[in-house]
Amino acid sequence: MTRWAPRRGKPHTGVDWFLTFMRVAALTVIGLGLLAFIAQEINTDNPFAQWANPDATGLTGAQFQGLIISGVTQGAMYGLIALGYSMVYGVLGFINFAHGEVFMVGAMTGMITSNKLADAGLWESNFVGSLVFIMVVSILVCSLTAVIMERVAYRPLRGSPRLIPLITSIGVSFFLQNASVVLLGPAAKAYPDVPDWIRTKHTFLDIEGAKILVILVAAVSMICLYYFVERTKSGKAMRAVAEDAEIAALMGIDVNRTIVKVFALGGAMAGMAGILWGILFRSVIHTTGFLPGIKAFSAAVVGGIGHLGGAMAGGLSIGVAESVGPLVILEPLGVSGVSQLRDAVAFAVLIGVLLLRPSGLFGERLPAEDRT
Amino acid sequence: MGSIASFAQVFIALSNMPVRLDERLIIKPVLSLGYLVLLILPFAVGYRQGHQIKREGVPTYAPGPNEVVGGFLCGALAGGGLSLLAVLLTHFDLREPLVNWSPILLDLLAFGNATWFAAVIWLVIGGGMGAAGGVLRLLGPRSRRAVVTMVLVVLGVAVLESLVVDLAEGLGLEPLTDRLYARRGGVNWPSAVGLAVVSGLLAVVGRGRFRQARTRVSELEGAKRTQANVGLILLTAAVLIVLPLFAGKLTNELLANVGLFVLLALGLNVVVGLAGILDLGYVAFFAVGSYSAAVLTAATSPKIAPEMPWLVALIVVVIITGLVGLFIGAPVIRMRGDYLAIVTLGFGEIIRLLFLSDWLSGWFGGSQGITNIPAAGIFGLTDVAGTDPRRVFYLVLAFCALAIYVSWRLERSRLGRAWMAVREDETVAEAMGINTVNVKLLAFVVGAVLGSFSGAIFAAKVGSVFPASFLILVSIVILVVVIFGGMGNIIGVIAGSAVLIGVLGGPKQPGLLAEFSEFKLLIYGALLIWMMLARPEGLIPSVRRTRELRQHEMAQDAWLRGEVDDDDGGNGTGGASSAVLP
Amino acid sequence: MDRLKILIRTSGRRRVFTVVMALLAVFALLATSCGNDDGESIGDRGTAMGDGSLGIVEVESGDAIQIRSLEAITGDVAFFGLPIDRSTQIAVADYGLIHGFEVDTGTSLDDLCSNDGGQAAAQTIVADEDVVGVIGTSCSGAAVAAAPLITNAGMVLISGGNTSPALTSDLAGNAGPNYSVGYYRTAHNDLYQGAAMAKFVFSELGISEAAAIHDGDPYTQGLAQAFADAFEAEGGTVTGFSAVNKDDTDMVPVLTEIAAGSPGALFFPIFQPAGDFIADQAPGVSGLENTVLLAADGLLNTNYLGLPQTAGMYFSGPDQRFGENVNQSTGMSAVDFLAEYETRYGESPAAPFWAHGYDATVLLLDAIKAASWVDKGTLMIDRQGIRDYLNGVRGFQGLIGTINCDDFGDCGSSKITVVENIGGEENAETSISNVVYSYEP
Repeated sequence: MTRWAPRRGKPHTGVDWFLTFMRVAALTVIGLGLLAFIAQEINTDNPFAQWANPDATGLTGAQFQGLIISGVTQGAMYGLIALGYSMVYGVLGFINFAHGEVFMVGAMTGMITSNKLADAGLWESNFVGSLVFIMVVSILVCSLTAVIMERVAYRPLRGSPRLIPLITSIGVSFFLQNASVVLLGPAAKAYPDVPDWIRTKHTFLDIEGAKILVILVAAVSMICLYYFVERTKSGKAMRAVAEDAEIAALMGIDVNRTIVKVFALGGAMAGMAGILWGILFRSVIHTTGFLPGIKAFSAAVVGGIGHLGGAMAGGLSIGVAESVGPLVILEPLGVSGVSQLRDAVAFAVLIGVLLLRPSGLFGERLPAEDRT
Repeated sequence: MGSIASFAQVFIALSNMPVRLDERLIIKPVLSLGYLVLLILPFAVGYRQGHQIKREGVPTYAPGPNEVVGGFLCGALAGGGLSLLAVLLTHFDLREPLVNWSPILLDLLAFGNATWFAAVIWLVIGGGMGAAGGVLRLLGPRSRRAVVTMVLVVLGVAVLESLVVDLAEGLGLEPLTDRLYARRGGVNWPSAVGLAVVSGLLAVVGRGRFRQARTRVSELEGAKRTQANVGLILLTAAVLIVLPLFAGKLTNELLANVGLFVLLALGLNVVVGLAGILDLGYVAFFAVGSYSAAVLTAATSPKIAPEMPWLVALIVVVIITGLVGLFIGAPVIRMRGDYLAIVTLGFGEIIRLLFLSDWLSGWFGGSQGITNIPAAGIFGLTDVAGTDPRRVFYLVLAFCALAIYVSWRLERSRLGRAWMAVREDETVAEAMGINTVNVKLLAFVVGAVLGSFSGAIFAAKVGSVFPASFLILVSIVILVVVIFGGMGNIIGVIAGSAVLIGVLGGPKQPGLLAEFSEFKLLIYGALLIWMMLARPEGLIPSVRRTRELRQHEMAQDAWLRGEVDDDDGGNGTGGASSAVLP
Repeated sequence: MDRLKILIRTSGRRRVFTVVMALLAVFALLATSCGNDDGESIGDRGTAMGDGSLGIVEVESGDAIQIRSLEAITGDVAFFGLPIDRSTQIAVADYGLIHGFEVDTGTSLDDLCSNDGGQAAAQTIVADEDVVGVIGTSCSGAAVAAAPLITNAGMVLISGGNTSPALTSDLAGNAGPNYSVGYYRTAHNDLYQGAAMAKFVFSELGISEAAAIHDGDPYTQGLAQAFADAFEAEGGTVTGFSAVNKDDTDMVPVLTEIAAGSPGALFFPIFQPAGDFIADQAPGVSGLENTVLLAADGLLNTNYLGLPQTAGMYFSGPDQRFGENVNQSTGMSAVDFLAEYETRYGESPAAPFWAHGYDATVLLLDAIKAASWVDKGTLMIDRQGIRDYLNGVRGFQGLIGTINCDDFGDCGSSKITVVENIGGEENAETSISNVVYSYEP
């Protein structure tokens, strides 16, 4: 429908010049920031380091490592959520804006179940068992939420113009968020306290237990999903539907059922991410799903939408970029209070990627075929 | 259907809506708003269950007593959800996750009696309301209209109490409202009965008159029709100009808020409705308009304080927002619809974060915002500030008129047709020789400028700007307004703002139903879903847009019957009646 | 309505004008007929304060005196506004009748903690001309927009929650940019709290390098700034001043930014849940392992003090050892108040400003009492008299201690204390009164 990149072979319009200018400007800013950062790291009294930011202090190695690890942990969760966006987009060709809220539902479910377990005394006595239990409950609840969502809000709209389901999903997102407010109250809710091995740093690489757990679980989930999609019959059906729903139907694939499976699978991944979030931050609020949801979508786009490995890679890049970017690029340029701008950095990454490489890092095929 | 409704009933009960709204009396002393929200659903399912889809070849059966029985059952099922809830409330304590799982709720459900009473009474009430719904379906169209009008008028007068009282005070009709309403809230029940009788009679007598007049106008031809339209417009304008003189501060404030959103919605309508670009970051232009007006007029602006007169500043504001529109528009305009939506959302958030940031606080005050923004001076004639909402409303009205005129002219211009072509099929539009990029960019800029008007008035009205006024929420609310009213239709957009912002309230502005403020966003979300599923063309649809959305069905109908058919009878009054219901 | 239909049907342009003109004439007649009833006698004022310059509110026999409550009662700051709103209700119930008239607070209004929310709610209040005073707002941002409207209408606005210096004065005799005559508050001025914390860190803890983090809220930014300014004035160095967003959860980047300056103390006067994450993640960031963590009244509640990561933290805030204090007008003591609150609402207040709200309401009711008199069964309230009374408040004993109003509406107790968290859920209550430093200018 719409052209992505500037059309080659046609005369350049003002817009094209402007876009080129923006690309160059963005790269220049990044380059200058990086150079200033490197200069700072070499020696803070370096004139180039002080050129933009006279109070330049630089970072120590341990601090830099901490930043990267926190970025990777965040990114792993974005990646898990992004899988859901990517799969639904691959199959139905629309952005399920409400997917972030499924993640929030997962974190809320985890909060409720774990608190109940803690009341019963099981949380302390058998932590690992309880953790597995809340993961299973959360996965079930999230899959169910996603499937109901599909049945009630999206299925009746299949075949309508592409923006209609998108607008509907904005409504669903809004509804779920505020349903959580009226049912569970607007305050932030805490997870029960976790054992020390989760809270404290381990000698191995100097990382907190919770972060190791997040990265490990995300990796395992990713591998399971990959196996499911690539090796099982249902997975094959999904790929077939993503390729061409009509032909898949002709080949005897139950398209509706496959779509339900896709939603359930995406929901399960979001539920897993919700629990990891809960273990890492031990607090959840009704807005928990909104921004991570949008960032996860950005991750899916950055990685190349419809590409599973890309979604994870995109998640990691967005996570690391928003963690490291402000301090490494903006701070050396003399911007004050940079941490306030981290969401802006995440969005800037999305815009930048769409400007420079619209098909994403790993997107080989342009997902531009029309599915109206 | 009954069981879905019973889930919904339990959800409503647990959302604290009934308890919270119980303080507001509708008909004194019989009915409070809290109970009302629990009555609507059984009634609706009772009515809906008799609904038949007319299909070619399938014989329709005449409605009979079955409807009442079915309605009763469905309604009882819906009410049964509450009965079950009452029982559960007494035996389990789930207050830990569900904050509204409280004895107060139980007390409300049981009318202060024991649990078994609640269990029985809600079955009876639900069944009764469902049966009433069934009966309504049995009635002929004439008496049905009378009944519907009666109910709507009584509820409308009761719910819109503050507006009615405020207007009546201005018109010197206080004795009337004193009789109508109880002291501090609620319609007296004798007056409610009287009101019902009068409106019912009026509905029977005046039946169809309005529609006749409408068809007559639409049947008029050429010059005569234009004349009639001009007459209508003049009349509306006269009412809008005269009304505020008699209305109190409350009504004027309300009108001013609605007007601000009409302006925003008209701007977004150009972008979304006409050009088909889903912009989720529209609040950015509102923010840029407000902030640039604040910086240009306020003496306390941190960096530069030119202290321009408001009107002069407005010109600069328009230029700035136009440029920002270009700046945001250029990178996104080539993206496909859904990517564009998310990227604009990102831009909206980036702009807010920049205004909030410590980095630019030297320019925009950061989290402390810009305060002491002077009143908007209009040619030295008057000063428009928030202290006098009437003047604000007139200022807003003037800009709305301008915006309406601009949108109206644009829609019928070459550019407007190009937008519509782009909306319907971009490839074809391009093949027709339309420069789609420029055309879309122009829509972005026009929308931005209209939004900036609203922002500039907002800054002068509130007297201060803080970044917290420009959340993503605002974008979404404006989008709901446009979609609810009818994308691409000016009248629809205005009606959407009036109904949603006026009755439910805006993101930070209370509407007439101030009691709903906690649930407003929930209702907005539900409304958006429902609207997309049931009536994607909006309250007052634009003809062309409907055709696009219903293309599929229409083609099918045409194939089946060789013509385009009418709506089913039950929805016939939809446009008028649902405009009253929030 | 029927008229209009005929009009549409005939649709002659001249006809339209005639009818419009006729309607106009009718409206004009109506407008002139409902003139106001000036010149009525106001009876014997007795010793009531005021000169009538802002008008007199008449409350007929059987009616109630109208005051309003305007707090942040929904959204993420409800924990802060709701206790103030509730304490207003309790105070009105405690106070009883004024000259035999009841007091009605109407429906509680919501300031939404924002300027536009505050303005819209204020507009609703001033539309009712019978209202004499308003208790509110919770957030300074809301007061900036609401105060001009409410005070212009002759009412007074008394806040139990605003602390921004802009609303009153800089404590050196200069009115703040947003000061309106008729605005009062029982909450302390931010400048006191910033100075108290700075003095404590520099002199008591002996730390000369400190950093501050705010969350973009006007309140937290103002307080963090006040602290930074006071700390530099003491002779210390501010090594970092940064910000987070309210819904951030991963604080490692901002903490790393702060850690680059290796401060000895970190002050983050923000709210939950962001405050939980900072306290939790700070010790894990290289360079902040031994930094002393400091917060302010926004986090000074039992919930936060009970978290394992907050043990040993210091908190500044209004002196909360209200224990024995008794409000001189109602005879209510802080202990009794808390018991009453618990029975009414099934929980204890989540933020310390309940006491300020209570005292603010009692001050307003006292002022109404002092500025009103009964004439032939009708209560007359002099609006100017209310302001005169409030301006003259000196040595009033309230729940928060001794209340004196200065020339710019600051009536709060200027006594700020710093408490140390003993640690552990079971000690949370005790920690609130574990004062290690107190400050009074």
